Amino acid sequence: MTVRFSNAHRLSRMSAPNSSFDPKEVSVLSAESVSEAVAVAVAAISSASDLDELKAVRLAHAGDRSPLALANREIGALPPAAKSEAGKRVGEARAAVKSALDDRTVELELARDQRVLLEEAVDVTLSYDRRPVGARHPLTTIQERIAEVFTAMGWEVAEGPEVETEWFTFDALNIPPDHPARTMQDTFFVGSENSGVVLRTHTSPVQIRTMLERTPPIYVICPGRVFRTDELDATHTPVFHQVEGLVVDEGITMAHLKGTLDHFATAMFGPEARTRLRPSYFPFTEPSAELDLWFPGAKGGPRWIEWGGCGMVNPRVLRACGIDTERYSGFAFGMGIERTLMFRHDVTDMRDMVEGDVRFTSAFGMDL
Amino acid sequence: MRAPVSWVREYADLPADVDGESLAAALVRAGLEVESVEVMGGEVNGPVVVGLVRSIDELTEFKKPIRWCQVEVGAEHGHPDTPGVRGIICGARNFVEGDLVAIALPGTVLPGDFLIASRETYGHVSDGMICSARELGLGEEHDGIIVLPPDSAAVGSDAKPLLGIGDEVLDIAVTPDRGYALSIRGIAREAATAFGVTFRDPGLELVELPAPEPGSEPHPCGSDDLNACDLFTLRTIVDFDPHAPTPLWMSSRLVAAGMRSVSLAVDITNYVMLETGQPLHAFDLGKLRGPVRPRAAADGEVLETLDHVERALNTDDLVISDDTGAIGLAGVMGGLTSEIDSESTAIALEAAHFESTKVARVCRRHKLSSEASRRYERGVDRVLAPYASARATALLLQLGGGRYLGMTAVEAAHEPVVIALPADLPGRTGGLHVASDSVLAHLRSVGCVVDQSTDPLTVTPPTWRPDLTDPADLVEEVLRLIGYDAIPSELPVAPAGFGLTDVQRDRTRVGRALAGAGYNEVLSYPFIGQAELDALGLPSDDARRELLLLANPLSDEQPGMRSTLLPGLVAAARRNLGRGSNDLALFEIGSVIALKPGQLPRGIDNPPRPPVAGRPSQADLDALVALLPEESRHVGVVLCGNRDRQGWWGGATSASWADAIEAMQSAARAVNRILEVRAGSAPMPWHPGRCAELVLDGVVVGHAGELHPRACESAGLPPRSSAAEVDLDALIAGATRVVSAPSVGTQPLAKEDLALVVDASVPASEVAQALRDGAGDLVESVRLFDVYEGPQVGEGKRSLAFSLRLRASDRTLSAEELAAAREGAVVEAARRVGAVLR
Repeated sequence: MTVRFSNAHRLSRMSAPNSSFDPKEVSVLSAESVSEAVAVAVAAISSASDLDELKAVRLAHAGDRSPLALANREIGALPPAAKSEAGKRVGEARAAVKSALDDRTVELELARDQRVLLEEAVDVTLSYDRRPVGARHPLTTIQERIAEVFTAMGWEVAEGPEVETEWFTFDALNIPPDHPARTMQDTFFVGSENSGVVLRTHTSPVQIRTMLERTPPIYVICPGRVFRTDELDATHTPVFHQVEGLVVDEGITMAHLKGTLDHFATAMFGPEARTRLRPSYFPFTEPSAELDLWFPGAKGGPRWIEWGGCGMVNPRVLRACGIDTERYSGFAFGMGIERTLMFRHDVTDMRDMVEGDVRFTSAFGMDL
Repeated sequence: MRAPVSWVREYADLPADVDGESLAAALVRAGLEVESVEVMGGEVNGPVVVGLVRSIDELTEFKKPIRWCQVEVGAEHGHPDTPGVRGIICGARNFVEGDLVAIALPGTVLPGDFLIASRETYGHVSDGMICSARELGLGEEHDGIIVLPPDSAAVGSDAKPLLGIGDEVLDIAVTPDRGYALSIRGIAREAATAFGVTFRDPGLELVELPAPEPGSEPHPCGSDDLNACDLFTLRTIVDFDPHAPTPLWMSSRLVAAGMRSVSLAVDITNYVMLETGQPLHAFDLGKLRGPVRPRAAADGEVLETLDHVERALNTDDLVISDDTGAIGLAGVMGGLTSEIDSESTAIALEAAHFESTKVARVCRRHKLSSEASRRYERGVDRVLAPYASARATALLLQLGGGRYLGMTAVEAAHEPVVIALPADLPGRTGGLHVASDSVLAHLRSVGCVVDQSTDPLTVTPPTWRPDLTDPADLVEEVLRLIGYDAIPSELPVAPAGFGLTDVQRDRTRVGRALAGAGYNEVLSYPFIGQAELDALGLPSDDARRELLLLANPLSDEQPGMRSTLLPGLVAAARRNLGRGSNDLALFEIGSVIALKPGQLPRGIDNPPRPPVAGRPSQADLDALVALLPEESRHVGVVLCGNRDRQGWWGGATSASWADAIEAMQSAARAVNRILEVRAGSAPMPWHPGRCAELVLDGVVVGHAGELHPRACESAGLPPRSSAAEVDLDALIAGATRVVSAPSVGTQPLAKEDLALVVDASVPASEVAQALRDGAGDLVESVRLFDVYEGPQVGEGKRSLAFSLRLRASDRTLSAEELAAAREGAVVEAARRVGAVLR
């Protein structure tokens, strides 16, 4: 704004009106001299090597005292017939100069930015380990992954206490009072061997609780921590994790058990994985089976790995939970989480999963 | 159960090309767990021949007695200089001239890569080795070299078959329901069924015994407890030769089966037990007084068993007794006073059937297990006893001479189990089609008697399968014999579910939040002891001292269940520190146990035990659950060393009380909650001036802050370690599941900064709350951005600088409104905590 006012005094220096009305008398408006001025301006613009030089060029060739600006003033002195042509000529010339200026400005700004940003460059390979990285325990995350597989099929995740009654842990599961599993060789007893309270030796009491609390159809998995009186070594731990599955519904067969296990196996171990059942014995299932997994990713080549146990829920167990065995049947399965983690992730020593060494946990990050 | 394949073949007509591996595979498919297939003496490479000891030259000039023996080994095996004979040095002394022995010739390799070579030793060239059982890999017996029975083989012949070398042995882990498989009889039946070949039952076939002489009286027996012992038999043999040797075929089989050869009489009882599954016990008849009877033991009675342990008995024990008292622990182990010895010529042979749970209970009480008890616990054929003892008696007479005086016996009435089986149940259970013919055939092959005229089928399981009591048991028999491989794979369709519960999802969120904040998860054992609580300095009346105690803890130092996560976190931190990780941020989410009011740390005796025939009443279930302690989930952290490391960016930041509080705050934020941080009472293990109470809805749910210097020191943590622990269940219980969207005002923001001087003891949170309350509804946030203590504010004072952000929802705030809000805030802070505007 201030520029406009301060330029006003220059009006007095305009040429006097052209008396002859001959355009040629005003030489600065000739086509030659206009295009000459443009050529000079463009040459100066393109030879400006930085923004400061360009600023001076702008003043010289596009400023108020530039030849084209001065020529523009002469238009008013032309006879009316010549004004339009001369105006157009000068207008085009000034636009050409402006365009050249704009282009050069962009070029030089880019060059300047490049130079400056280059000067600001840092060594991006400097390591930045300011805050140690956290991680979740793989036993936690593998349980979550297992839960994902089953919740995706509409199953639910059931839970129960770790300190549990003997009745839920053994009696209701058709494990009679003199069964070897109920000795102090295997089971942690709370208080005394007659207290009726133990640390659960498997997550099966959660199945009992589920069957007592809900009515079929029941589709649940029970992951959790369990306890047996083993000393800690490379392959044993007194505190470990299991996941068990339980289905009670009408018309449930061993084929459904097999189908579920096959699906679980492929979800955890890839499309090549499959399962195999071998007859076995558990008090709470009848028929019972050992479960082998064909593990395609096994170190040293694909092979069968003992994965867990399973079977059709023993009708005695269903009856203890008040389920009508004429109408419903069910299957159950269970496997060790530590063991699953060990072969899925090539963990060679049980103690690594127990001791809480951050170097072990860190390797597994937030999820499996 | 170790089963030599050659023994199985005696009763199952297996095809000639079946070897140990293929037999094992077939048995595994049928449900027997074959753990290994091993070749007896499999590491013996090269000739082992029968030798006759011709002469023994005792060498006495050495430290121990050494024998220089001339052994006849057959024409083709002798030394070139001494045709048919080799000179061999031997340190064993259990043989005499004329004995047959096993000779490993030079060039033979014995187990352990032990190459036999001619070598100079003790002044002679020893040209082979006289072998012991252990040297041939045939067991641990090393009392001396193997002496073969006289005339049992030709000199120079291959000794390997005689010794059982090369026989394959299956080692089978028998599940608790399959006592039957603890016998060659049971395994041979399974093998015959698997290969579809003939099975000859060595069990229920009564061996013909010589008729007792007229007038001879077998030793009397009886039973005082026909429930615990429903069949008891006693056969009497006299004039038995106690020195008769055990034949090689028998001893090598016993060794292959994993037993020791003891004496002929004992070996025969073991042999017949292995073959038929019927435990037998031989008494020295000369040591018996009066009738032999099983009965309940009397309280205070004492019995010294064969393992030389004096056992205090009570009325729960079942013993075999005579007029002198207890002479054996029924079904478990004989007593010392009536033991067969090397001079016993008269034998009373017991074969009986004991109730399995009775034997199991006795074993459990006495922490004693034997070959006999393993079989009784798993169930012995109800009617087998007299058959097995007849077989044993025949062997005693045949191998040890003697006269048979007959049998005495008592037996309770025996009702066989009858099961009604719907013929389609196996197919319905397996999810495949099973023809009824196939059901019948499979049930009959396991020995069941099936009446197919009824619907459902009437099935009587065989006496040797006491495990078959329910229709489901029969279903398993049919399906396992069809093969589980035949069962199709079909995914069941569950009703639409709801995924994880809110609580389960919230726990995951908390874990993720802490890991995202740089914490590493640990999963500690839940066992603790008072010493760990001592190290943390917990007061003696702290509720966390009240531990639920285990009857059989792994370690006496940690007899209780944890009441707090801190000991486990501290131990994990210490372990990491010991391994060189110094900057630690650990977290744990896990259960803690608290006793209910009035609950005893050791629980109660004789708790309720509802029957399992049907669903217990709700009252029964409530009574059960009442036995349990309070179990809740906590979340805790421990921090040591630096939170931010030193580096090119600048110096390190020590982990502090503030990080511990922030950790719990981020756990709370993960479930859309905010913990109120209160300066309050902080007992040990907390630093009294650097620990916050964490409060939800007016209830203290945990603590966070620096650990007390004494606690750090005694717990083995570096000074100024910090920690936190919060009741995660309480945190999650009130979690906001569905967040209401805030209204995001678009009107211009106005900022006001205030520096207030207060007593240093005034908590910043109270000042902030006063400002928030005093400034009114226009406050968007109040944030503390600086704390200053120093001469400019005076002793015992500090300056707290807050930034207030104010905004109205519908207008630009006027200067007057701003001034009023600011004034209100300052006045309220002055009123509540004596704050003075700086």
